[in-house]
Amino acid sequence: MGSLESFWNEFSGWLPHVQLAHFLIVSAILFALGIYAIATRRNAIMVLMGVELVLNAANINFIAFSRYSADMNFDGQVAAIFVIILAAAEAAIGLAIVLNIYHRFQTVNVDEVSSLKE
Amino acid sequence: MSDRMLNDLSLFAPETAITLTLIAAILADLIFRRKPILVSAIVLAGFIVTGLLLLRQAGVNASIFSGMVAVDSFAVFFKTIVILAGILVVVFSMESGELNSPGRKLGEYYALLCAAALGMMLMAGASNLLMMYIAIELSSLSSYLLSGYTREAPDSSEASLKYLIYGAVSSGLMLYGISLLYGLSGSLDLATINRALPQVLAGGSAASFTLLIAGVLALAGFGYKISAVPFHFWTPDVYEGAPITITAFLSVASKAGGFAMMIRFFKVTFIDAGAAALPAGTWATLQGFHWVDLVAILAVLSMTIGNLVAVWQNNLKRLLAYSSIAHAGYMLTGVVVLSNEGLAAIMVYFGVYLFMNLGAFYCVMLIADKTGSEDIDEYRGIGARSPFLAVALAVFLVSLTGLPPTAGFVGKLYIFAALINGGWTWLAIVAALNSVIALYYYVRIFRNMFLRAAEPSSARITLSGVQNAALLVLLVPTLLLGIYFSPLVQLAQASVRLFGTP
Repeated sequence: MGSLESFWNEFSGWLPHVQLAHFLIVSAILFALGIYAIATRRNAIMVLMGVELVLNAANINFIAFSRYSADMNFDGQVAAIFVIILAAAEAAIGLAIVLNIYHRFQTVNVDEVSSLKE
Repeated sequence: MSDRMLNDLSLFAPETAITLTLIAAILADLIFRRKPILVSAIVLAGFIVTGLLLLRQAGVNASIFSGMVAVDSFAVFFKTIVILAGILVVVFSMESGELNSPGRKLGEYYALLCAAALGMMLMAGASNLLMMYIAIELSSLSSYLLSGYTREAPDSSEASLKYLIYGAVSSGLMLYGISLLYGLSGSLDLATINRALPQVLAGGSAASFTLLIAGVLALAGFGYKISAVPFHFWTPDVYEGAPITITAFLSVASKAGGFAMMIRFFKVTFIDAGAAALPAGTWATLQGFHWVDLVAILAVLSMTIGNLVAVWQNNLKRLLAYSSIAHAGYMLTGVVVLSNEGLAAIMVYFGVYLFMNLGAFYCVMLIADKTGSEDIDEYRGIGARSPFLAVALAVFLVSLTGLPPTAGFVGKLYIFAALINGGWTWLAIVAALNSVIALYYYVRIFRNMFLRAAEPSSARITLSGVQNAALLVLLVPTLLLGIYFSPLVQLAQASVRLFGTP
């Protein structure tokens, strides 16, 4: 238990020093993971989840930039709220379309759904 | 405060009208279940009223809703293109055999069409990055559903899935770019960003590199909307699988909205407002951020790949999809020249593209309704089976190629003139060579229609009065604008003014 305690002490000592760059790094990692999911996953649901990661990476950017801007402007926070709403709308429509695809093709694999020829 | 709001609302009248049309379409669908024609009539009337309200905005130059939306002659021009396309597509939809199969209700279809049109109109006017993103999403989300509207058809379902995935990814990339741009400049308003950028760029190479990334990511969103290579992968599948009316709408209105938004984004945000000693009507890129080269590469790729791949296509809808990618390339060259002349050329091109492209899709729809196929081999003997239809399709295709005396020639002429005057001769040569490739694949269709005999069993194709009238409405401007084009050109030259730029 001692190691956890010392970790917590160190962590709480570091916490006030979180800077803009830390948020940007988290957001960049999230963005990269999202792109990775989009590029490698063949399941339509997984691809849509990758898109959600990208959108949330952008949201972290918006809020962090807004919080650390010199004049505390709220444009970024407002943008984040709108993006959350739009992401929900997009997920709803996306799932409806994927459900319809499942009815037609009995699969949600993006590669197998290709009756339209190259 | 309230006076200002009322004034803003009065400038927002066209968008309000289309929103009311959307609601009316849903209500009419609930009330008049037995009379689907009434829904179409209401929506058609709504689009026409919106168009009339737009005409009243000629010459306005204002910014409304705290700088969210600009109402200027540039936006009004592109909104008019969207609404004209909307009117024609509603007429097509009333005639389409694919959509009017028994048991299908079209109330939602028309409501979504209105929503897509509203999104595209907002795209043309949006002058704030958040507003741009919302407008893109509004038009995209409606378009995903519309392209899958005949959902019992596997092709249509597949089209909507592919559109959804490519669309969601590009808009996600664009949003990330927007967030970086916000971080660099501290604002979402285009004009404010433009004022902040010189200071940002003076901050060193890291800042300019971030700006480059933000610009490229934003370009992904625009490139997807206008279907430019390398963001074009959805185009052939969606154009082939979606109902033809929707394909026609996407190919014109969606592209118009995308181009308007992209031009406004680049022209307001990424130009050097302080650049001295420039000839009137031209502008310069920001020092240290040469996005023009990027757009030039996109234009060359779109033209070349679009035209080359089109040569191998056997499905006419798919062929027109690649041809529309190529057309996006021609229009992008107008952005590259960085002058009002280039912008006016794009607008002239859109004015003629509206008629010729919708006309080509309408002919494909009429033939597909009768023969049940969009395969080019099935076009054998159409010239004998329905001379008027075949001649009309031939005129539209000649116009898309860009040969005189059709309107397409005028569009290309102004683009080439702008390129040569702007010193981009090599780009003009690439565009001209591409037109030659385009001629090759269009000629294949002419040969099938006129020179090869139909199978003996095939009957004549007869068109109804409404269909003949609709074809004439598209055919006459396509020919007339090829000969008497000065009104369109003057309108375009008068409409290059963007709010907040000199």
